[in-house]
Amino acid sequence: MPDDRELRSTGSGQTLPTDTFPGQAAVDEMVVMRQEPAPETDEALARRPLGLLFWLALGWVGLVVLLAVIANLLPLPNPNLQNYAAINVGPSLHHLLGTDDLGRDLLSRIIYGARVSLVVGFGAVGIGMAIGGTLGLISGFRGGKLDIVLNAASFVILAFPAIVAVIAIVAFWGQTLAKITIIIGVATIPVLFRVVRASSLAYANRDFVVAARTLGATSTRIVFKEILPNVIPVAVAFGLIAVAGVIVLEGSLAFLGLSVALPTPSWGNIISEGTSNGNLSTNPYILMWPALAMFLLLLSINLIGDRLRQRFDVREGLL
Amino acid sequence: MTGPAATPGTNAGSAAEAPVMLEVEHLVVEFRSGKERVQAVSDISFEVRTGETLGLVGESGCGKTTTGRALVQVQPATSGSVRFQGQDLGRLSKRELRKTRTRIQMIFQDPISSLNPRRRIRDIVAEPLAIWGTGSAEERAAQVRSMLESVGIDPDTAGDRRPQEFSGGQCQRISIARALMAKPSMLICDEPVSALDVSVQAQILNLLADLKAAFGLTMVFIAHDLAVVKNVSDRVAVMYLGKLVELADSDDLYRSPAHPYTEALMASIPEPDPEHVSTHEPLTGELPSPLNPPSGCRFRTRCPYVQDRCASEEPPLREVSPGHQVACHFPLRQLSPVPERPAATTV
Amino acid sequence: MIRPTAGRGNAGTLHFPDVSDLADPLLEVEDLVTSFRTTRGTVHAVDRVSLTVNRGQTLGVVGESGSGKTVLSRSIMGLLPARDVLRSGTVRFAGHDLTAMEPAQLRQVWGAQLSMIFQDPMTALNPVVRIGRQITESLRLHLKMDRKEATATAIELLRSVGIPSPEQRIRSYPFQLSGGMRQRVMIAIALACAPRLVLADEPTTGLDVTVQAQILDLLAAMQQERHMAVILVTHDLGVVAKRADDIAVMYAGRIVERAPTRTLFAHTRMPYTRALMDSIPRLSDPSGTRLRAIGGRPPDLIHPPTGCRFSPRCPYVQDKCREADPPLRTAGSPDHLFACWFPLVDGVPSGPSGSGQPVTLTTNGAPNNAVEAPAS
Repeated sequence: MPDDRELRSTGSGQTLPTDTFPGQAAVDEMVVMRQEPAPETDEALARRPLGLLFWLALGWVGLVVLLAVIANLLPLPNPNLQNYAAINVGPSLHHLLGTDDLGRDLLSRIIYGARVSLVVGFGAVGIGMAIGGTLGLISGFRGGKLDIVLNAASFVILAFPAIVAVIAIVAFWGQTLAKITIIIGVATIPVLFRVVRASSLAYANRDFVVAARTLGATSTRIVFKEILPNVIPVAVAFGLIAVAGVIVLEGSLAFLGLSVALPTPSWGNIISEGTSNGNLSTNPYILMWPALAMFLLLLSINLIGDRLRQRFDVREGLL
Repeated sequence: MTGPAATPGTNAGSAAEAPVMLEVEHLVVEFRSGKERVQAVSDISFEVRTGETLGLVGESGCGKTTTGRALVQVQPATSGSVRFQGQDLGRLSKRELRKTRTRIQMIFQDPISSLNPRRRIRDIVAEPLAIWGTGSAEERAAQVRSMLESVGIDPDTAGDRRPQEFSGGQCQRISIARALMAKPSMLICDEPVSALDVSVQAQILNLLADLKAAFGLTMVFIAHDLAVVKNVSDRVAVMYLGKLVELADSDDLYRSPAHPYTEALMASIPEPDPEHVSTHEPLTGELPSPLNPPSGCRFRTRCPYVQDRCASEEPPLREVSPGHQVACHFPLRQLSPVPERPAATTV
Repeated sequence: MIRPTAGRGNAGTLHFPDVSDLADPLLEVEDLVTSFRTTRGTVHAVDRVSLTVNRGQTLGVVGESGSGKTVLSRSIMGLLPARDVLRSGTVRFAGHDLTAMEPAQLRQVWGAQLSMIFQDPMTALNPVVRIGRQITESLRLHLKMDRKEATATAIELLRSVGIPSPEQRIRSYPFQLSGGMRQRVMIAIALACAPRLVLADEPTTGLDVTVQAQILDLLAAMQQERHMAVILVTHDLGVVAKRADDIAVMYAGRIVERAPTRTLFAHTRMPYTRALMDSIPRLSDPSGTRLRAIGGRPPDLIHPPTGCRFSPRCPYVQDKCREADPPLRTAGSPDHLFACWFPLVDGVPSGPSGSGQPVTLTTNGAPNNAVEAPAS
């Protein structure tokens, strides 16, 4: 092709070699890049610290998880050991949080009870995310008939009052930890499906997905490399909020006597015991400790989820 | 409508003798919403010759972006064909298409949406190699480095960063680097500079010109600004409401536009010259709805020279001079064969 | 000079003299400084900007993204975030100092005297309110019209900005309109109370060139009809070339050249202005003409370069430019100001009287070791 770029005329009618000024664009840009690392103001905003509260919350969740995991290794009395010599004892060196009306150590019961809350909370959301999240990811990306069918199905399921269904199934099927986790997990599928689908759909039409396609990427590769990394932060943030919701649900079931069978402690059934047999007036600690533990755990999980969501929303806002 | 196949070898200009790389014949793209059908592209035909830049210009909603997407089969054609180096892309198997269309790459309008916000620049640019498992990790890294350098991004500082940390112009450079990593023969640029400041726009246009020469690319350049399109293109196709209304050598098109719409597009360009006097009337009114396009000539509702015939009869695309086609009953330029060829264009 | 009649903290009625009585410029901005405190440091977005706008006239403010032009227009309006912003200098509008006004007083000025057209009508318009009500709101607030009168006026306004069948359109929501139509609605809202000054911040960016021409023509026609002053903020010198009486070119928070439009184009002094002009592709240039792009990007406004802020990108940079900050000064006519040590004369940089020598292009310091040839 002919090239007339060797010499060109400037506006003022004099001639100059092209590359002294116009051809420098690329190089000059590099020079500027080296001078300043170009963090945009918005980026600085997205990177602002998560705050002390976030770390306190994370610390509390971490502590609860750690204690629940290593409960067997801790110098704690058996949570179901009834010591009639020490009934309704207040907090002391022997029993840091005191004992209940059957002389069981409350700290031990709460730590073992945390296992139930945590397993049900994270387990159920894990199940829900594995099924609902995966379906949502594919449904949002693929679209078409599959999406229409799954979307309609999720609406239908959401129209049932979940708690009533869960109560009925638990009563019918049994009260083991695994069964309760599965039942609640299934109940979370449609909600998690919808959240992940919406996020997946939002990215499926972005230009970078089209670009990947023209580069020859397969659908599987696009889902894993392009869509999933964008969906994960949203899923994690919302999943945490769902965990908190599930812990409350399990607590409610336990309170109604429909969670794991007694005497296995769970925060819900300890609270329930704290309100029965006149314990509320004789020994308010039975109610207070698990309620406080649950309150702090829920507050922390929600706060972590919310802060993560905020951080990702800011970055979303840039798009 | 006169298909390009019907008028072989009549194109003027330096690229006329070059082999055809891309041939679009009677392309129709329809969108369905409920029971309604909208033709975004209604029966257009054109060809792109090896080494040339074809400009595609028109207002938003004229179907130029849809056409660009149909060229890479991201948007399936309702009817008609897109032949790339002799292969009908619509007839390829999924597997063949996956391989073949890497030779046609796209640059998009929104520089931020074109890059995955969660990936690092070096991974984004290496993606074409990663998809096909080309080369070892070191070879890929070296190729990414040199490609980033050739688009004017410093690989040392940029490689580990994510797209949000870059300006629009820089994102567009990264996009171009990614596309070129696939070693395409053809680059489709869909409004690559309309989201950028004029100063950055000039940088990107110069970069594209340089890379086109260095990599021997053939380009389709889509934009709404005729001044930009004319600057980069050898030939320009003007689209209006899904139809091709004029196709000519870009300097020829500027010197003597034959379609009233092309003339109006020119009048809209804000020339950076206070003494400049526009000789044409700017366009009035809005683009009609493609759901219910006007009968006959689609431009008649906004045309200053409209006549009765324009409403009743659709004007076919025909030649007013060698290589200059127009779809108008009353072209602004006389329908007569021009004896001498128009001045050869330079790139 | 008329001071606000109301004391601080008291939103009394402000008196605005009839524009025709006004000998002074309508808007006088003096030494306006606006900076933002961020975690990374202080961003000097607007740095000692002074400008004047006469009644009925158009001032074009031109600069790249990051030049501070949007912050300048918001700073003039007083539309800045309440926290972490430092503003000094004065903004005198029809005799009142806007910087000294209380929020309640400013609300009397906004819309009625001074209004703004934003770049993105989709975010500037309230998506869940019909466009009719978005117009009548300010009519009823500022002009105390009743509902019927306001609606009739709104329909007339929509008609005057070229919206077809405004009687029906008044009931539309913003999303039901095209981009161009939304911008027309924005203009109708901005003009509703017959303001004396309209600030249009990139009113046509993102629109097609055809729609851009329509919108700019409309704005010019409304301006003529109503004798308004307009500040047109844009990144494209082409947009203001035929529409502004004066042009101020901004770079890195400062005005680097200011002149009547014809003077600016005919006798460009500042290399940055020249570079902005040269980066625009012209229809009249033959196809394939290489654009004279300015390399690089505007500087970081937290740590602006020393000396002339354009020096890192200037093709004609000299040692002096990197050392000393050039002041705004005049040449030729008193209304042509520029900040450059070696201003262009007929497109060629030249030493000012007594300092520096004429610069030849072969020694202009631009490096020539381009990474142009890609290693393929």
